Amino acid sequence: MTAKKHSVGEHLRDQGVSRRAFLKFCTASASLLALSPGLIPALAAALEQARRPSVIWLSFQECTGCTESLTRSHAPTVEDLILEMISLDYHHTLQAAAGEAAEAAREQAMKDNFGQYLLIVDGSLPGPDANPGYSTIAGVSNYAMLMEAVEGAAAVIAVGTCAAFGGLPEAAPNPTGAVAVMDLIKDKPLVNVSGCPPVPMVITGVLAHYLAFGRLPELDEYHRPLAFFGQSIHDRCYRRPFYDKGLFAETFDDEGARAGWCLYRLGCKGPSTYNACATMRWNSGTSWPIEAGHPCLGCSEPRFWDAGSFYAPLSVPTGLSSNQVLTAGAAGVLVGGTVATLARRTVETAAVSRQPVTADELEQTL
Amino acid sequence: MSALSSIPIRVQSMSHGTANCGNAVPILHEVRHALERLIATGEGTQIDLNAIPFGPEDEAHLLAVLGVGEVRATIDALGPTHVQETAIPGVWLIDYRITEDQRLALHLDIGDIPEILRTQRQDLDTALTTLDARLTSAKDRAQFEY
Repeated sequence: MTAKKHSVGEHLRDQGVSRRAFLKFCTASASLLALSPGLIPALAAALEQARRPSVIWLSFQECTGCTESLTRSHAPTVEDLILEMISLDYHHTLQAAAGEAAEAAREQAMKDNFGQYLLIVDGSLPGPDANPGYSTIAGVSNYAMLMEAVEGAAAVIAVGTCAAFGGLPEAAPNPTGAVAVMDLIKDKPLVNVSGCPPVPMVITGVLAHYLAFGRLPELDEYHRPLAFFGQSIHDRCYRRPFYDKGLFAETFDDEGARAGWCLYRLGCKGPSTYNACATMRWNSGTSWPIEAGHPCLGCSEPRFWDAGSFYAPLSVPTGLSSNQVLTAGAAGVLVGGTVATLARRTVETAAVSRQPVTADELEQTL
Repeated sequence: MSALSSIPIRVQSMSHGTANCGNAVPILHEVRHALERLIATGEGTQIDLNAIPFGPEDEAHLLAVLGVGEVRATIDALGPTHVQETAIPGVWLIDYRITEDQRLALHLDIGDIPEILRTQRQDLDTALTTLDARLTSAKDRAQFEY
């Protein structure tokens, strides 16, 4: 199957999509990309002329949660995204073909669109020095398949924390020698859409950006798109004013929890976590973990599985005692952004030496 | 456990205002600035409410202040889009939804009339062709009936 060569606009018109419907699609895409609504006409003009890219999706050491997340994306609907905006030529879980026919479709798409296709990867993979037998597809090691597929790719999108940072397979003691995609790919444009799973609209937003502008979006230090990962959960959290006032829930059922106060002392990793949950939310925009009363786990950050208990408060910045930080928060005089920056750095450093929490420790925390 | 009613759930009232962090108020001031700009220069403004970190009560508070005006329209394209002029003339609420009635985007449009309500030039290009086809069809049917 080869990507059709006419533009997205032409394709949509052929499908009987009216101009108003197209503008509505552009409105949804602009909202996804965090673009000002004033840019919708420019976005419409760009999408009108965009060519439908061939997409090859490789799934390695993963749980299929990332694909589950994408197929629950409502903006644009996955049907629109997959059938109208891109040509999804290979995806284990979603394609009808299986076995040799599936692999033949991948090889044909790679040949027909060499140098132009988008390569999406979910899951980490055993590195070049690990036993390749830990994860194979059609008898081919994940490493060999990735290296073959990346050769003709225009760009690579690593979807989910496993592909972006190694994720659960890479967590200590990392029995399969798992590595992240960016550990192996150095000579291609690469974007990480982290999260466990990623916010579905972020996946589609990155694709929409690529369609509209023909390049990957601006990235942060971890290769994540700034439009979605540019601000911390803490900075965009609607509970942030409670943090600034020093109003914290101390347990999951106390007065503060019922009143919707800040979940920092219950282990919220919002200050050191960068993601779009606070504005995009989950389940079709219904809610998100913190609104549901649960601390952020920090699932879009590197090594979050090895960063200690989900329910222990964040590490305290070097030079400040726990009491100093909490007292300052209570007084409302310590700027949250400073704490967030320092805490993030400390978490990254501390994560290396931490041990996974045990069930007994978790019980004591609760 | 024999019935859901036996689960001791207490529904907590949110009316004490602690869950509403007040993000609606800055948006209302932004609307006011946009209205001033519209009156002075004719320049319209769109505000994407999905991009605002609203608390559970913020949206309701915002919509309550803006109220409901005289015009209401529904566009049927890729699912319903509900357009409602608020009680503040020139301030429109546009609720983009997909066919399953899930929200795609929620905009405030400060202007004379939202662009999506206008007949689109690209659709107008096919207007004559469509009308001619229907006229021919109607003519054929009339001849047959005659």
